[in-house]
Amino acid sequence: MTRLVRFLAAPAVVAALAVPAGAQTATTPSTTTPDPRVGLKAGIRDPGVAARGIALLANLPKPDGFFDPKYPAGEPNPQMTAAEKKEEDGDASGAKPTPPADAKPATPARPPWGGLNFANSDLAFSGNHLFVGNFSGFNIYDISDPTKPALLTSVVCPGGQGDVSVHGSLLFMSVEQTRGRLDCGVAGVEDPVSKDRFRGVRIFDITDIRTPKQVAAVQTCRGSHTHTLVTDPKDPAHIYVYGSGTSSARSAEELAGCSGKDPKEDPQTALFSIDVIKVPVARPQEAKIVARPRIFADEKTGNIAGLWAGGDHGPGTQKTSVTNQCHDITVFPAVGLAAGACSGNGILLDIADPANPKRLDSVGDKNFAYWHSATFNNDGTKVVFTDEWGGGMRPRCLATDQPNWGANAIFDIVDRTLQFKSYFKLPAPQTATENCVAHNGSLVPVPGRDLMVQAWYQGGISVMDFTDSANPKEVAFFDRGPLDAEKLITGGYWSAYWYNGHIFGSEMSRGLDVLALTPSALLTQNELNAARAVTATAFNVQHQDPVTFAPSRAVALAYVDQLVRSGAVPADRSELLKGAIGAGDAAQLSMIATRIGERAASLAGPDAARMKALSQLLTSIR
Amino acid sequence: MISAVRRPVFGPALVLAAVASMGTTLAAQPPRLVQPGAPGQPTRDITAAEATDTSGVRHGAADTRFMQGMIGHHAQALEMVALVGDRSASADLKKLALRIDVSQRDEMQMMREWLTARGEALPDPHAHHMAHGQMPGMLTAAQMAGLTAARGAAFDRLFLEGMIQHHEGALTMVTELLATPGAAQEPELFDFASDVEADQAIEIARMRAMLKELGK
Repeated sequence: MTRLVRFLAAPAVVAALAVPAGAQTATTPSTTTPDPRVGLKAGIRDPGVAARGIALLANLPKPDGFFDPKYPAGEPNPQMTAAEKKEEDGDASGAKPTPPADAKPATPARPPWGGLNFANSDLAFSGNHLFVGNFSGFNIYDISDPTKPALLTSVVCPGGQGDVSVHGSLLFMSVEQTRGRLDCGVAGVEDPVSKDRFRGVRIFDITDIRTPKQVAAVQTCRGSHTHTLVTDPKDPAHIYVYGSGTSSARSAEELAGCSGKDPKEDPQTALFSIDVIKVPVARPQEAKIVARPRIFADEKTGNIAGLWAGGDHGPGTQKTSVTNQCHDITVFPAVGLAAGACSGNGILLDIADPANPKRLDSVGDKNFAYWHSATFNNDGTKVVFTDEWGGGMRPRCLATDQPNWGANAIFDIVDRTLQFKSYFKLPAPQTATENCVAHNGSLVPVPGRDLMVQAWYQGGISVMDFTDSANPKEVAFFDRGPLDAEKLITGGYWSAYWYNGHIFGSEMSRGLDVLALTPSALLTQNELNAARAVTATAFNVQHQDPVTFAPSRAVALAYVDQLVRSGAVPADRSELLKGAIGAGDAAQLSMIATRIGERAASLAGPDAARMKALSQLLTSIR
Repeated sequence: MISAVRRPVFGPALVLAAVASMGTTLAAQPPRLVQPGAPGQPTRDITAAEATDTSGVRHGAADTRFMQGMIGHHAQALEMVALVGDRSASADLKKLALRIDVSQRDEMQMMREWLTARGEALPDPHAHHMAHGQMPGMLTAAQMAGLTAARGAAFDRLFLEGMIQHHEGALTMVTELLATPGAAQEPELFDFASDVEADQAIEIARMRAMLKELGK
């Protein structure tokens, strides 16, 4: 979620407001049956559900203290305007929009407005504990039995967005709003300049999981919208936090050195940088900002505002935000790289020295409104960037929306540069009362494939195969109907991540979901078995570690299924192959391995890699 | 039914039942609802009623005045934009004007809905005519008359100078809001003010560049 009001001021299609969900299939080119996600019944607790290849195992509504009993789902957003339609349609004819000066507001008076005060946000994992961020704090669940998640501790500490990360016994949390208090109080901060205000990164000691204790709070100029933990392979005694502030800078009176001025007026401006916080793991109370690197600077001129200046890219193109901030940075320390989704650009960073990230490349895109998040594939050769067009609170998956807007953009990393390959957007249209756009996801560790499970707010959860980065495909989905049939109430999945065999979904208003992938022609039981054999001891989605697959029959069978699916191995041969893998005769497997290895040498692309991996595997499993 | 464990209506009974069924010592205890203190200070138990008390972060009089005033402020920008059509020959200026028109109308609609949802009064559509000189950056009647009378490059220059002045006024209004005790505590309003600041700063930079081009 970002830029709350940009979503309010951003374009949309008013005409579609009048189109009932079921009618949208009429405008969707389709030669087969309508997507089952179209026309789902609305409801907070009893919506219609459509799923393929994903099963819901458990739902835990938000606990007491984390919803307004008067408005459990939050409040409706204002309706879209005629002016939005005009911008959406790219209408440059100069025709005047209908003057709305005396238009009657569509939203009835319903104070107090709940808004986002209690929305769930991002997820982090450590052992059997799941941490669910919330604009009002965070909740800790025991997921020893993922089908029965159990709430352990609710921690009240408002300030939004409440994105969380975990490292050992330390939990990190982002705070950006001016209401944030150093003491976690709910009452806000009265004074414009106050030592009680907190905007930045909080650090909690969670050694006692029932009693988290705040041990440090690192103040930053723009607060922390999101953050990324960065480990230094050479220095395990310290951890770095890249803090991304996206809202207004506070005054120097409140925090020395802060200014939100244009760089021409103030070269020391807090804009056009990220905050690098260094944390001694054993003494977190000594955490402090050690750098505010100018990662958007022009290499030649040194101008710190060196990347996208904001605005559109010509007629019919998207209006892209100015690059004076990053929204998300995802690090891949094993290869010394980070991918930054930085408002107006996607960037690639060298983080060999975590305190001094250096920009390697930057890309723009005429279809992107706001570069929001980044996900590497498992070997660090691709990046999926998301475009949060409309800030996450607008219905951007309408049948009439441009399919390349509010989508994923997939890039290959070639010689440490980003090469655009394709877009992927949720293939099922959503209604005008469902906020929907590409949002947070993680890899599903299937050997031989690049799969990503991803949240699309009220568009639900979708699993994308981007093994062929030029031709991404959907392999599974789960979707509920809108929260409300008449009004857009902000909600849906903020995050959907794979962790140790399950998908955990953070639903902003409906609570915590645990889901499982189920076998299908697009994703077989063998592939799922291989994925479920992968275990992690902790997981922060913006800190990617490459998964290695221990040699096993499950992995070998997964490769066989993939080779059959692509046609590289005929189905009748595959039964013999599977039989040999099951029998485990060393001599036979060795012979097959040799032949597959030879065949691999004559192929290219994913099948060659799968065959090569399978060939090696067959000599090591018995 | 999508819920394996349904929300207990205002009570944790079902959740507790689910927790209890797990049988592990830690999870068998009822969940804790706690509030940490400032760094180094102890964590304490609080009630759900305390946790959901939003009385301290509701909008106040300054927030309402800001939104009401900004509607009038934006209205003048629309008046200026409406003059562009037959007075300017610059395609760039027309494009800029269209963007300003769209974004200011959207923000005005958002501000009206914000006020209405909170039961606050909407400003009179013509109130800004009374507000010249009261709100920062507003063009005077003489400035508006000069703009109306100008044509071609002279118009372009007056428009850009006027709109920069106008936008800078909006930035001043945001700064003043953030400097008002108790203001901008409500998350939605804080983010709106942040966005006005960000968007108008971008447009100011763009208009300054256009003005510089005009001077060549």
